[in-house]
This record gives sequence, structure tokens and C-alpha cells, in this order.
Amino acid sequence: MSEILAKYGFLIVPIIKVAILVFVVLTLDAYLTWLERKVIAHIQARWGPHRVGPHGLLQPLADGIKFILKEDPMPVGVDKKAYFFAPFLTLMLALTSLAVIPFGPDITIFGYTTNFGIADVNISLLILFAITALGVYGIALAGWGSNNKYSLLGGLRSSAQMISYELALTLSVVGVLLIAGDFSLKHIVEKQAGDMGFLSWNIIGLSKGGGGFTQIIGCICFFLAAIAETNRVPFDLPEAESELVAGYHTEYASMKFAMFFIGEYTSMISVSSLFTILFFGGWLSPFPASWTLTHFLPSIILVPLGLWVFYDGTRYETILGRVILPGLGAVLAALGIALFLFPAANEVIQGPFWFFAKVGAVLFFYIWMRGTLPRFRYDQLMDFGWKFLLPVSIANVVLTSAVIMWRMK
Amino acid sequence: MISGVLVIFFVLAALAVFGAVSLILQSHPIHSALSLILVMVSLAGLYLLMGAEFIAAVQIIVYGGAVMVLFTFVIMLLNAGVEERTNFSKLATFGGVPLALALGGIIAAAIWRSSGHLPPPAASGAMSSTRELSMLLFSTFVYPFELTSFLILVAILGAIVLAQREN
Repeated sequence: MSEILAKYGFLIVPIIKVAILVFVVLTLDAYLTWLERKVIAHIQARWGPHRVGPHGLLQPLADGIKFILKEDPMPVGVDKKAYFFAPFLTLMLALTSLAVIPFGPDITIFGYTTNFGIADVNISLLILFAITALGVYGIALAGWGSNNKYSLLGGLRSSAQMISYELALTLSVVGVLLIAGDFSLKHIVEKQAGDMGFLSWNIIGLSKGGGGFTQIIGCICFFLAAIAETNRVPFDLPEAESELVAGYHTEYASMKFAMFFIGEYTSMISVSSLFTILFFGGWLSPFPASWTLTHFLPSIILVPLGLWVFYDGTRYETILGRVILPGLGAVLAALGIALFLFPAANEVIQGPFWFFAKVGAVLFFYIWMRGTLPRFRYDQLMDFGWKFLLPVSIANVVLTSAVIMWRMK
Repeated sequence: MISGVLVIFFVLAALAVFGAVSLILQSHPIHSALSLILVMVSLAGLYLLMGAEFIAAVQIIVYGGAVMVLFTFVIMLLNAGVEERTNFSKLATFGGVPLALALGGIIAAAIWRSSGHLPPPAASGAMSSTRELSMLLFSTFVYPFELTSFLILVAILGAIVLAQREN
């Protein structure tokens, strides 16, 4: 086993990792739509999906079947190349961006040490920005190729918006780059490790060597620009349904629409991951390393959650719910107990646990904003991007460089 | 012995040439712009093969992203239609074709002569090469660098003046 791994590991391991990651991310996308509908429904005092499966948990599955079986009409006069290519490009770039994100520290399985992510390249941040830069073509081409004025307007808006906010997005990261002195996301996370837990993260910036500097300005700029780059509320003008029907994807149906949809949610996940890595210490625990008791937090959260789901399931209205929910609860509780009993597995799970906890919090924030904020007007969007976000992120670069220069003296 | 790097090189080179030819042959401006993006991205891949990671990423971010997005944006905004085909003009037949052939011949001869004499690219880490690049930009090449910035500034000011005249 280990001999084969040593010889062909460079080929086998990435393929396995890609398969796992794509499966996990697509499932996550599906349940992100469920979460989004549930959270927004509860913000607006509604129930959200609750017919298909217990608490609507099988709704993503039903949606998936609907997407596959739906008729896929093609409007007259479309530019076929652009029309077919656009959804593929969007989904492909969104999934590619996940390839360079480290989800945890290096792990060793069967004596084979590998990084917790697909590719560990030393320019991962630049690659992510390159992919973001290309991402606009999917939307622009979809809007232009559909032969529909609303689509075209959506595509144009999205091009203008993404050009404007990409500048602020890139500049807001420069402060972190100056502190880390490295383009590798893995090294950026490792630089944020310290004895003081979350105080060493870039957003606070109290690292042990005194080399850090708070990046809270960069953090806020990055988050605002990232929302605009992913076309989410309150910057979702490319698909403003009250004025543009559905914007760039008006003429798309069935799986092609689903590809845009999955692409949007995947880029939400990758942007949240990047945000976590750059400003919130990636996979690092928010507690100091000496607090070993906090290593049992995954168990402490999983076991009560599982028991609660079990209890909730036993008194659910439908028979299906009385089978699925207790089963799910039992699995969660068993997982928590297993992690408590096997410290080795518990250590492996620490990094991904904190990483996905933080990413989940950022994603919840995304949904929360969608449920709370109204959409910007177009001139407000441009004013905000060029006259506020860009100068502030440039000021952050100047401030951070000045502090670093002053410390070097 | 054909190494993997050589295979990737030929694939990328073929893509770049295909994109460049397609750029000229396509009749719709958007398709031409897309072909140009393909050229840019394949060139970035070629830079990556030479170990110039920073240049490769910047190639995609600046040329593949910013510049070409602006191109497509303008084409979409003007809603430019399919261009009309014309036959070869006399100038193209008697002036352009021989000149193009001569230029191709000169470039081929130059590559042929210099093959084997070129130094291998110096491979180095991304951040170190980025650091070297920025050191060079701010020491040896500081005047060309600043002059380029000045040129861009002049272009921006010119654009503002032109936009103001409308009002």
C-alpha cells in the first residue's frame, strides 16, 4: 500500500481529492440553497421549504431532479457558441478556484503526507485572482449571447461592476500580503498562528513577533468587494429581477440555469474560504494552543445537536420524518462520540472543523444580508466602488506599508 | 524522449496559434475577442512553464481579465454586428502578402539561428522572483517604470478632457 502510494501517489491522491472535493462542494451548494431559503423565510416570518422531506431537507434533491427533467428551450437568434459556452465557463471557473484553497494543515494518511486541499502552489492567491478576473466572461457572454435586451443589460452591468470592484478586492489584500510576505495561502495562515489564539489573526494582528498590524480596514473592504464580485445582495444588479426579469440568465432554463446557480454558490464558498484564510486565520483555532480542552469542541457540539435532532425527529408529523430525522441525529451523535473516543481522529478534524465553522459563519452572514438589505441603485453602486472602497483600500495599503517601514527602523 | 513539459508546451503553443488565427478569421468581433483571450491564457500557461509564476498570473489578471473585459464590454455596448467580408484589395495582394511572408521568414531565420544559444530560463520561487522583479523595477528600471506610469496618467487625463468636452 505505502509503496504504491510513494510511487504513484502524486497521481492517485489528487484524483481522489478532486472527487471528494467536488462531491462535498456540490452537496454543500445544494444545502446552501436550502439554508438560504430557510433563513430568509424565518427572517420574513415564513416557514420556507417544509413539504419535501422533514423540514424540507429533501428539497435540494427535488430541485435537482426538476433541473434535470425540465425542458431546455433555446431562444431564436442566440449566438450559439457564447450561449452554450457561458454556463460551462462559469461553473468551471468557480470549481477551479477551489483547487488552490487549503482547508486544513497537512495530514498524514497511511504514512503518506499530503496537503489538505488539492494543489499547494506558492502563488495560490494570484491564481485565485486570475480566476476571478476571468469569471466575468461567463456572465458577460451569457448576457450578450442570449439575444435579449434584459440579458444584455445584465451582462453589461456585471462587466462594469466586476471591473470596478476587482480593483478594491485586489488592493484590500495587499496589506495582508505585506505582512505575510508570501502569495501562498498556506503560509499566510501559518503566519497567523500564535500563542494568543484569535488575537494573532490578521483582523486583530497581535502576532507574537510584533510583525502584525490590524487589517480590519482591509477586511471590511475585501468583504464588501467580494459580495459585489459574487453578484449577491445588495450588489446583485446583474440579475435585478424587479427591473431586468432575471438579468443575464433570463433565457436559460434547466441544467444550464442550474450551472449558473451552482457556479454562484460555489464562488460564494470559495470567496468565503479566501476571506477566512486571509483575515480569520484559516483553519487555526480561535483559542490558544495550550487550551487542550477546546479540542473536544467538535464532540461537545455534535453530540447535543445529534440528540436534539433525534428527539425532534421522534415527534415529527410525517412517518418519513420519524425515520430520517432520528437516523440523522443518531449518526451525528455517534460521530461526536467517536471523535471523543479516538483522539487521533479528533486531532485530524480540528483544522477542517474550524475552517468550515468560520466559512459557515461567513456564508450565514451572506444570507443574513440578503434577507435584510435592499438592492443598491446603479449609480450608488458605482459611487460606492470608486469613491469609497477604492480610496479606503489604497489608504490601507499606505498605512500598512508605513507601519512596516516604521518598525523596520 | 518526450517529456511531459514538452507535451504541455506544444498543446499550449498550438492553442495560442489557433487562437491567433481564429482571431483574424472570425467574422464577429466578440468571437475575435474570445480568441484573443484564448491567446492570452495560453501565453500565461507558457510563462508558467518557464517558471515565471508571477508574470503568468499577472498576464491572466491584467490582459486576460482587465484589458479583454474592457474590449468585450465596449463591443457589447456598441452592439457591433458581423463584419462584412471583402475580397483582397490590390494593396493587400501585392504589398501585404509578400511583406507578411518576408516578416515570417525573418522571424523563422532568427529563431533558427539563435536556437541553442539562448540561456535556459532561471527558475525560482514565486515570491523571490516577485521580490527580484520589484527590486529591479524600483532600481535598475526605475526611469522606464516611472515614464510608463506617466504615460498612463497622461492617457487618463486625456480621456477625462475628452469626456468633459461633451458637456
